[in-house]
Amino acid sequence: MKLNSKIPSGPLAEKWTNHKFNIKLVNPANKRKYEIIVVGTGLAGASAAASLAELGYNVKAFCFQDSPRRAHSIAAQGGINAAKNYQNDGDSVFRLFYDTIKGGDYRSREGNVYRLAQVSVNIIDQCVAQGVPFAREYGGLLANRSFGGAQVSRTFYARGQTGQQLLLGAYSALSRQVANGKVKLYPRTEMMDVVVVDGKARGIVTRNLITGAIESHSAHAVLLCTGGYGNVFFLSTNAMGSNVTAAWRAHKKGAFFSNPCYTQIHPTCIPVSGDHQSKLTLMSESLRNDGRVWVPKTIEIAEKLRKREIAPRDIKEEDRDYYLETKYPSFGNLVPRDVASRNAKHVCDEGRGVNETGEAVFLDFRDAILRDGEDAVRGKYGNLFDMYQQITGENPYKTPMKIYPAVHYTMGGLWVDYNLMTTVPGLYALGEANFSDHGANRLGASALMQGLADGYFVAPYTVGDYLAGLSYEKVPEEHPEFRKAEDEVKARVKQLLEINGSKTVDHFHKKLGKIMWNHCGMARNAAGLTKAKEMIRALKEEFWSDVKVLGTGEELNLSLEKAHRVADFLELGELMVEDALHRNESCGGHFRDEYQTPEGEALRDDENFAYVAAWEYLGDGKDEALHKEELVFENVKLTQRSYK
Amino acid sequence: MNLTLKVWRQKNASDKGDFKTYKISGISADMSFLEMLDVLNEDLSDKGEDPVHFDHDCREGICGMCSLYINGQPHGPNQTTTCQLHMRSFKDGDTITIEPWRARAFPIVKDLVVDRSAFDRIIQSGGYVSVNTGGVPDANEIPIPKVIADEAFDSATCIACGACVAACKNASAMLFVSAKISQLALLPQGKVEKRGRAEKMVAQMDAEGFGACTNTGACSAECPKEIKQSNIARMNREYFTASVSTEKV
Amino acid sequence: MSWVSKTLNSTLGKKLLMALTGLFLILFLVVHLAGNLQLLLPDDGKAFNIYAETMASNPLIRVVGYLNFGFIALHAVYSAILTRNNKKSRPVGYAVTNASANSTWSSRNMGILGTLILIFILVHLRGFWYEFKFGEIPYVTYDGVTYKDGYTVVSTAYQNILYVIFYVVSMAVLAFHLSHGFASAFQTLGINHSKYTPFIKKLGLGFAIIVPALFALIPIVMFLQNS
Repeated sequence: MKLNSKIPSGPLAEKWTNHKFNIKLVNPANKRKYEIIVVGTGLAGASAAASLAELGYNVKAFCFQDSPRRAHSIAAQGGINAAKNYQNDGDSVFRLFYDTIKGGDYRSREGNVYRLAQVSVNIIDQCVAQGVPFAREYGGLLANRSFGGAQVSRTFYARGQTGQQLLLGAYSALSRQVANGKVKLYPRTEMMDVVVVDGKARGIVTRNLITGAIESHSAHAVLLCTGGYGNVFFLSTNAMGSNVTAAWRAHKKGAFFSNPCYTQIHPTCIPVSGDHQSKLTLMSESLRNDGRVWVPKTIEIAEKLRKREIAPRDIKEEDRDYYLETKYPSFGNLVPRDVASRNAKHVCDEGRGVNETGEAVFLDFRDAILRDGEDAVRGKYGNLFDMYQQITGENPYKTPMKIYPAVHYTMGGLWVDYNLMTTVPGLYALGEANFSDHGANRLGASALMQGLADGYFVAPYTVGDYLAGLSYEKVPEEHPEFRKAEDEVKARVKQLLEINGSKTVDHFHKKLGKIMWNHCGMARNAAGLTKAKEMIRALKEEFWSDVKVLGTGEELNLSLEKAHRVADFLELGELMVEDALHRNESCGGHFRDEYQTPEGEALRDDENFAYVAAWEYLGDGKDEALHKEELVFENVKLTQRSYK
Repeated sequence: MNLTLKVWRQKNASDKGDFKTYKISGISADMSFLEMLDVLNEDLSDKGEDPVHFDHDCREGICGMCSLYINGQPHGPNQTTTCQLHMRSFKDGDTITIEPWRARAFPIVKDLVVDRSAFDRIIQSGGYVSVNTGGVPDANEIPIPKVIADEAFDSATCIACGACVAACKNASAMLFVSAKISQLALLPQGKVEKRGRAEKMVAQMDAEGFGACTNTGACSAECPKEIKQSNIARMNREYFTASVSTEKV
Repeated sequence: MSWVSKTLNSTLGKKLLMALTGLFLILFLVVHLAGNLQLLLPDDGKAFNIYAETMASNPLIRVVGYLNFGFIALHAVYSAILTRNNKKSRPVGYAVTNASANSTWSSRNMGILGTLILIFILVHLRGFWYEFKFGEIPYVTYDGVTYKDGYTVVSTAYQNILYVIFYVVSMAVLAFHLSHGFASAFQTLGINHSKYTPFIKKLGLGFAIIVPALFALIPIVMFLQNS
């Protein structure tokens, strides 16, 4: 199968405008004859569901949480980028486009990224109109900050809760459509499968998480807005419920999965404190503006620290290694996320980690406090310091913070064309669930932008284009394909409950997480990946023979929910490893030990790997087939990133 | 540390339910309260007993999904969410009583899980600005004084966890409702509809069966996002002004 | 349903009635106290008796007096309705509550405090108001004009130590009720401002201490004078 990305022809800046003109429209009176399913109610899902309902389509919106407002977009802290150039510092749509392509290490599509930069400006207008309380200057106009090493101030923010405020904006728009009767909400409902009839996505099968009822929902199009799969690592900054099930089920029904190995590791998270840990908490990247990253120069001192024989403040200046400042004199502590993360891992691997587990580095505010005073530091980071103290019990004003990288975002996802349609007609993927805009690495404050761009301003056009060519008739929910999918889901529930093994679901999840983190984490190599593949296969086998899922299928059953998700993570994990193994280069969030410059930086191979890897599922136990979508760069020149 | 947990167990909405006592050991001070419950659940699963069901998701204090009435206070002794409550707030040998949110409008689903969809229905009744996607003015078209934007933000930080309802002796939802009414009444974008919004949201709040406010201030004192009492005063103002001024009879 | 009854039947409307009647009763307390303090003047009750007569014969005051009864009734009835509804909002209570961590005792017990005050008011009305109006009451003459001698009724009553204790305790109850009610009424009316609310709260607390204390002073002083 040849992948057709359907990028419109013509100059970059006119592609989207031309495309919008060329796509088919659905007559306003006929829109109500179409039903659209939206799975997930985060930024992408809520905005898409609301916008499609406003146009007149009937929408069913599903989420596993108890309310659409709790989707994990809510936890995004930093901000949202937009090429408004309100600060008069030379920003433009082209610059945002360029930064995103470059930041993604030249592994994303020019056409998609340019459109993203174009609609970014509309997003801010839309959110302000909804009553999103963005930060403002005293003059009453919107404030911006520079974020994630960008050279311009284009990030709009609402204190450290930008994701929350944007999601509540989209949620309010969604709620309005619920009140209008155009959206029907299905909270505490998990999508278990996509139903494909005559090659087109025609609905989904769901499990009501309270009653356990397996139900079919027929529609004309299905939009998956189900987020990323970072929880394959068990420990990540994702929510406990974040999962890959919807995307993975779609994959098994014919949707190709792209670049699964591209995972973003965020450098400033609170380190793991013990085996009991269930999730990792991100500390805003802005801390690196004033905090200095260091570890002791010698292993001996680090060991004393770990045994608590000395306190961090006792370590003399000449015994401290400010490794980022030394290695990257011009960017210093502000190097991009992947560089900062890898260097932290490197010094900890050398045995210079500073906490009991040996996996932490210091982020020290001593000098900032001496320079600006404690009050100034409190003014900037007070809430973050409080949060840190609450979680760790240590006072960062008195002793340096400890941080360590953690899985944060996944750039890979379902393959989609320019219309955000997967390889299954009528099945769309929006937001983090698709692969399209961030290449091999996502820039700070771009995830919120992409989710809302897809939901508010792309899908409402492109879904209409598809529906215009479709008859009004719905496939009845009694159709054999729905029945078959329901039976499969029921059989799987039964199977999981009947194994009655000896180990809990979490046991397997933690084991999988360890394998992924050790062998497919911040740095990978062929030997480790090959080993990981075997380990995952063995673990999967063990899971299906020895997992213990208690209770019944006809009630609220958290371990059953989890078992479904972990079963899918086990399959995805294998594909991630496969993808990482095949990509014999380093780029962005994918760093292969074998492919680095003499200075230890990621070494891309544009000649052989400037493509999107799209994997096709061929059946249980079979290796997946690789399809390649060559990336064409007509507007940017591929260069090596350097932060020296 | 070793702890005794008294946990409310209830199979489903129609079950009567009662307290079960569990002993738990090997809890470290660095664990969050929910991680302590994870340990309990692993223990229970190993013994073949149904784990304790409780709501949780982001575990970083922002999604509002976690709840739990711990030793007589929503989200426990600190003014945070339960997921941000750490075991260092307890002592070895403590007995901890864990109950679900109790309110007519929040029926129990199972164990400690309650149904908070009443909050969604209140927002659906008017907690939005009626603008469609597209066709909106430029974001900088309407300057908003920083103090007003900040105040609106303070109200907008509500995470809809329901601690206010749980803490209130009347199971009143006024802090939640007033936070949304305030946010939108303060901003020029929301002012257009502020009268009707106040009337509709209050009517829905009453229809859901929440109690009335007696100004005890328990809601604000327990709110993990420190939503202020002044929001309730503003809601009252908005509502009374709307009642006497709207043309609708 | 008309918009008026719709508004007043909402939880906010019922609270509005509580606040408005409450504030009226607070005003009444001031007027009442001003009159009663005349009992302590060293004139054997002359000022008080003249004042009582003037008040009783002023038609406007009489109307206000009946309004006052109406408002007490309204305040009590609405609080009963609200309490009943509030109880219904939480059909199953908590096994453990640590309410002192988040609110004051009096704010949580306005119903009980109010009920005690209602009992006091009934006893008080029976003892004085009813006696003044309908009871057999001695008369006294000042400057050729005859007045009902309410002063004697009061001072006789306050010779009973139990009666004095009942009054003093009731005033303490009133103090707690006011310590929450005063500021709370403003909050319900929608008056909450970072500049004025702290003042209202202080004023409320001061009012709650001073006014009941002065009321309580009267029986104590009169008891001591007579013993």
